Amino acid sequence: MSDATVIPLHIPRREEPPRAPTETPDEARAESDFERRLAGGLAFLRRRLTGDYSVDEFGFDPDLTDHVLLPPLRPLYERWFRVETTGLHHVPSTGGALIVANHSGTVPLDALMTAVALRDHHPAGRALRMLAADLVFTLPVVGSVARKAGHTLACNPDAERLLRAGEITGVWPEGFKGIGKPFSQRYKLQRFGRGGFVSAALRTGAPIIPVSIVGAEEIYPMVANLRTLARLVGLPYLPVTPTFPLLGPLGLIPLPSKWLIDFGEPIETGAYGVAAAEDPMLVFNLTDQVRETIQQTLFTLLAQRRSVWS
Amino acid sequence: MNMAPQVVLVTGVSRYLGARLARTLCDVPSIERVIGVDALPPSRELRASLGRTEFVRADIRNPLIGKVITTAAVDTVVHMNIRAAPHDSGGRSSMKEMNVIGTMQLLAACQKAETVRRLVVKSTTAVYGSSPRDPAMFTEAMEAGGAPAYGYAKDAMEIEGYVRGFARRRPDVTLSVLRFTNFIGPRIESVLTEYFALPVVPTVLGFDPRLQVLHEDDALEVLLRATLRELPGTVNVGADGVMLLSQAIRRAGRIGLPLPGITAGIVDRVVRRAGKVDYTAEQRRFLNHGRVVDTTRLKSEFGYRPRYSTLEAFDDFVRGRQLRPVVDPQRLAAVQERVLRLAVRSAARGVARV
Repeated sequence: MSDATVIPLHIPRREEPPRAPTETPDEARAESDFERRLAGGLAFLRRRLTGDYSVDEFGFDPDLTDHVLLPPLRPLYERWFRVETTGLHHVPSTGGALIVANHSGTVPLDALMTAVALRDHHPAGRALRMLAADLVFTLPVVGSVARKAGHTLACNPDAERLLRAGEITGVWPEGFKGIGKPFSQRYKLQRFGRGGFVSAALRTGAPIIPVSIVGAEEIYPMVANLRTLARLVGLPYLPVTPTFPLLGPLGLIPLPSKWLIDFGEPIETGAYGVAAAEDPMLVFNLTDQVRETIQQTLFTLLAQRRSVWS
Repeated sequence: MNMAPQVVLVTGVSRYLGARLARTLCDVPSIERVIGVDALPPSRELRASLGRTEFVRADIRNPLIGKVITTAAVDTVVHMNIRAAPHDSGGRSSMKEMNVIGTMQLLAACQKAETVRRLVVKSTTAVYGSSPRDPAMFTEAMEAGGAPAYGYAKDAMEIEGYVRGFARRRPDVTLSVLRFTNFIGPRIESVLTEYFALPVVPTVLGFDPRLQVLHEDDALEVLLRATLRELPGTVNVGADGVMLLSQAIRRAGRIGLPLPGITAGIVDRVVRRAGKVDYTAEQRRFLNHGRVVDTTRLKSEFGYRPRYSTLEAFDDFVRGRQLRPVVDPQRLAAVQERVLRLAVRSAARGVARV
């Protein structure tokens, strides 16, 4: 399935499985495979310990992302949510594009799964550079990991810089309103911001790719929001789900819903010209067009899905 | 209009970069006189390296600078006497006086002197502040999210304000404001070089900022260009590329000590007392969130591409200081080799035994 090789970070602690007395060619291959992986893992460790790697201007560390940050997400993608993608060919293999998607699920797993889809299943193995809320970067650990994974603050200068650099840039314009909405409002798109993402695309001439994600709404169905407590700790919302906080840490396990991610037909912005970014009417119209496309696709995908779980 | 400078006045000449600039200017044949000004006399070795620079020990409290400028008919002023660290400026209030009042005094003198044609100011990218809500890179047109309200950054902001005021009153003077990132290199002394020389480097737990530095040779080259040519405007001066703080610590072979943000105040005091490292609240903020600037203008309008990237500059610093790595990369490579051999051999033995 995935053509990215997974190099283990740690030397496997468990004993090698018992072997037949005589070495068959099959085993010799396993042996050399083990050797190769061990060598790869050790080389990675040494690179990390001596600081022998490079990050881009945003702090994106591809070495770390591919070997440490993405591997734990893959089983979630392949086995737990059994994500199916369509329309990946709409994402260009080179050059910038703006991915605009719906946001849901209390925890932004939808964004992470989109990143896995593009890295593992796009022929060019593209890295998704997300534009994240400023809350992310004020949090310890989360903020620095987000930077290392290539994400940056959702602001126009950064969006334009990424698009100009030819990166696949991801934005979730609903923000906290989308991700922290109650379960009863599932698959209803919230307000789509002020169209900042459209003006970034217009200024850089990058195509906008509307992405519709089905499945994320059901992973943590939010039945109530502890608003006062959330405000007290400085969070935008504090969800109550059927399992959280009732089951404690167990409640943090997402429900295994079936996911569909559709990458829609690109909306070209190059023809409008750079000056179009200063035309609020056009910006609003394009914003609406993207929003409508995603909403319609969501309904179509929902009709296709037989049940929430399969 | 582009007149080559003949009489250059350099302030802050008792420090490494100022002294080096003065020394280099002495070698330019078209320059008749190089006058170095500082409130403190240069150290013996710096003094020996100053060449034909005429040193004037001037205090900001008397208007001596004005007299120097008019009598020597100075045409180019390079203002480098802006200090970042309180500990070698006799405390914060003295540092502020040196920085801000000193600049005002100098600008007042320049305004009166009709011979002055060019003013080069060494500023800092600290004017952009440092916060988690910053864009990934600052361009010259951007302003700090919240105006820096403390220390060096505040001084630099005020200095730039006064410099802009001067530019309005003397539009005939070509003004270059150079916003430098942190300097690093084998010889220069900066807050960062002191910080990375610590065997155990305190960091803020859970944060790993992006750092951008500038090699001392590149800094000198940019100052020289701005002094000798007509390069008006404000420009960010920093090396290409960034590194992460954790990465820098590892490359220097140091050991990082991540401490929770709450304990920072205590750590500051301990570190400050233990060595002469200037680990101020401002510094901590910088090491918490980092700062990276866009250097497109430096390359396009200024026509200068730094020779060292951030990583190269940092490696040159590590080599030049002969920092003895606590974690030795060569030994690590040997360990890697040994583990691999051992594992392969034991696996082979396992196969043979069964």
